[in-house]
Amino acid sequence: MLNAIGREIPEGLGTPYSGEMLKPSGRAAGHTIKLSRPHENKVLPCIKEAIKQSGLKDGMTISFHHHLREGDHVVSMVLAAIDELGIRDLKLAPSSLNKCHDFIIDYIKKGVITSIETSGLRGALGKEISRGLLKNPVIIRSHGGRPRAIETGELHIDIAFIAAPCADSAGNINGVDGPSAFGSIGYAMVDAKYADTVIAITDNLRKYPIEPISIPSTLVDYVVCVDSIGDPEGIMAGAVRFTRSPRELLIADLASKVILNSGLFKDGFSMQMGSGGASLAVIRQLKDAMKEKNIRASFGVGGISGPYAKLLEEGLVEKLLDVQCFDLQAVESLKNNKNHLEMDASYYANAYNKGCAVNNLDIVILSALEIDTDFNVNVITGSDGEIMGASGGHSDAAYGAKLTIITTPLMRGRLPIVVDRVQTIITPGSSIDVVVTERGIAVNPKNAELNERLKDAGLPVCSIEELKYKAEKITGKPDPVQFGDKIVGIVEYRDGSIIDVIRNVID
Amino acid sequence: MKLRRTLLYVPGNNPSMIADCMIYGSDTILLDLEDSVSVFEKDAARFLVKYALRYLDFSNTEVAVRINGMDTPYWKEDLEKIIPEKPDMIRLPKAETAEQIKKLDEEITRIEKKSGIKEGHTRIMVSIESAKGLKNAYEIATASPRMVAIAIGGEDFTADLGVKRTREGNELLVARGELVLAAKAAKVDVIDSVFTDVDDEEGLRIETEKAKAMGFTGKSVINPRQIPIVHDVFKPTEEEIKEAIKITRAIEEAYEKGSGVISLNGKMIDKPIVEKAQRVLELAETLGLLKEVAAC
Repeated sequence: MLNAIGREIPEGLGTPYSGEMLKPSGRAAGHTIKLSRPHENKVLPCIKEAIKQSGLKDGMTISFHHHLREGDHVVSMVLAAIDELGIRDLKLAPSSLNKCHDFIIDYIKKGVITSIETSGLRGALGKEISRGLLKNPVIIRSHGGRPRAIETGELHIDIAFIAAPCADSAGNINGVDGPSAFGSIGYAMVDAKYADTVIAITDNLRKYPIEPISIPSTLVDYVVCVDSIGDPEGIMAGAVRFTRSPRELLIADLASKVILNSGLFKDGFSMQMGSGGASLAVIRQLKDAMKEKNIRASFGVGGISGPYAKLLEEGLVEKLLDVQCFDLQAVESLKNNKNHLEMDASYYANAYNKGCAVNNLDIVILSALEIDTDFNVNVITGSDGEIMGASGGHSDAAYGAKLTIITTPLMRGRLPIVVDRVQTIITPGSSIDVVVTERGIAVNPKNAELNERLKDAGLPVCSIEELKYKAEKITGKPDPVQFGDKIVGIVEYRDGSIIDVIRNVID
Repeated sequence: MKLRRTLLYVPGNNPSMIADCMIYGSDTILLDLEDSVSVFEKDAARFLVKYALRYLDFSNTEVAVRINGMDTPYWKEDLEKIIPEKPDMIRLPKAETAEQIKKLDEEITRIEKKSGIKEGHTRIMVSIESAKGLKNAYEIATASPRMVAIAIGGEDFTADLGVKRTREGNELLVARGELVLAAKAAKVDVIDSVFTDVDDEEGLRIETEKAKAMGFTGKSVINPRQIPIVHDVFKPTEEEIKEAIKITRAIEEAYEKGSGVISLNGKMIDKPIVEKAQRVLELAETLGLLKEVAAC
């Protein structure tokens, strides 16, 4: 059947997206209750031993976080140990997966992993899964959708393996100290609260108690010390420099002018920025305007980068709510600045709690792989139809913010980015207010007031159809990607309804 | 008023740069078939530029094509391919004599006629890149009615002089001065050389300020990031605009009173001051600054 935004969702996959947020009912899920004994030793000699103690069996669900990004060693060590123990048919439920996780392909082929639920997939793993490698479709959830699924019990985690830059013998964890420090451990905090068994894997075992404590010992069953949980270079793969690309700078300039003329740029405003070059350039431009007009932001949300931390340091933003740090400057800021606060993924973006951070946002700047004339955005499948991105906090922040800005080049290489229909919808057009490209700005017709404001400010506003026309005039219309009938991915909206499905790519 | 504050060089063999070049707001775009294109790619670049002129929407931006020098075997073929696509302007590098310009004019006229293009449509701009060219600058600038601007090519010029090009630019001071004089005498625009260190924003600003002070009307740029800085320098300041408004008002008042002597704040206003004020106001109006300042 067709969902509310015209996507064909086969029967039996779940509730199709209705266009509105589904209202939840029932009670929250929880983990099994255990007795803790005085002076109990939680530190085990190796990962294999911890897996044995955890009681991991065929058919169970295991989870990881993705704070180590491209430098992660932990998923690899754990899956190797699981394979040696002969355990099969597991569901892998990490907060996201990166290119460094291509080795998972082998474990899928061996039958160790038979299902995956994640925010994103990239590299060879994304390519293979797009061609039907996995028996069951991958479930794609947003950063707010995952804690929702965990807290409602829809995603029950049997064993959570938590890479810990700093842990003590009792199992207290933080992400800010040690050779593999990555800063906020926000995504793993939810796993720790709801998994039946929690195993901390650290390369920095300290005396009890450590400080600060992000995940407390009350939630952690076992601690294993290994040589290294991650490669610092890969951990900082999210670090970005200020862009020097004239095109990105032009987009950033226009996006800044959209913000300045939106009516929301006033003392106490709040904002979420991505880590991309254009987002950082926007920060630089806004900074000047904030100083000139004596405006301070009340808070910033999301993944935090060094330039955002610098705004905090300079007093231009009062608080940062941080679910993941993109670079070392952000890690240092989280560690040393009391106004830089760590938050878990549920606090960040879960629609089914009593008030998540994105619900308080004024402005968010997000990117797009494609955007269509209904303003629907794709950030997961590439121009070849393969899964190559992540849902991330895109749909969550877009829903929460008063003003959602998409910044994107109008063309990438020979491809138009504004199209009739995006391949995969991650965020519905109803959440998008404006798209900013180097060749013009299109405002969603639902926001007529903004359209007038931007026109009055002399900005190059046109319809989204005009943007599409401008792109296609240069690139032409690409032939559609050929898909098969097998569903390889189910894209959940933040309320758990199905907003789209991803079908297998045919070569 | 036709502005030529910035002339953005775009390599004629780079499709993505050509596709994007008109979005950065330079007054003129220079699609280059000369130095940025290797001898092996001259043909490919000609075709790329030809089809860019035919199919891309440059909106109101003036489009020039820099052909290869008349001392090379390429320039005639460049014109054959390019003139029928109606670029606004041809830029000739390494101009040295008025005869060259006359020959170029004849060739353009021949192709315009053949292609059914209104004679005189294609304007000419040249760059002076040698001591000989500089000595002939006025004759060059007045050699054709198509001529609208002359520029200095700093790299080649310093090479011809056998001196090193520096950030301060003292080695080009005399050449710049002479070129400005020739251009003003010929009543054509005069464009300063590129500033090659694209990351040195302060250096670009200083050099542009010097050029403006000497009388240059614009500057060639090699990266879109340089455009806002050059535009900012060539923008009349709020004080300049206010002063110009006061001068024109003083003149109007004096005429109303029938007074022959016009003064403002105790200073005589004579013809050159009035002309300067009118130029400032004209520029301010073209840039849309007049209303803003008048409202203050």
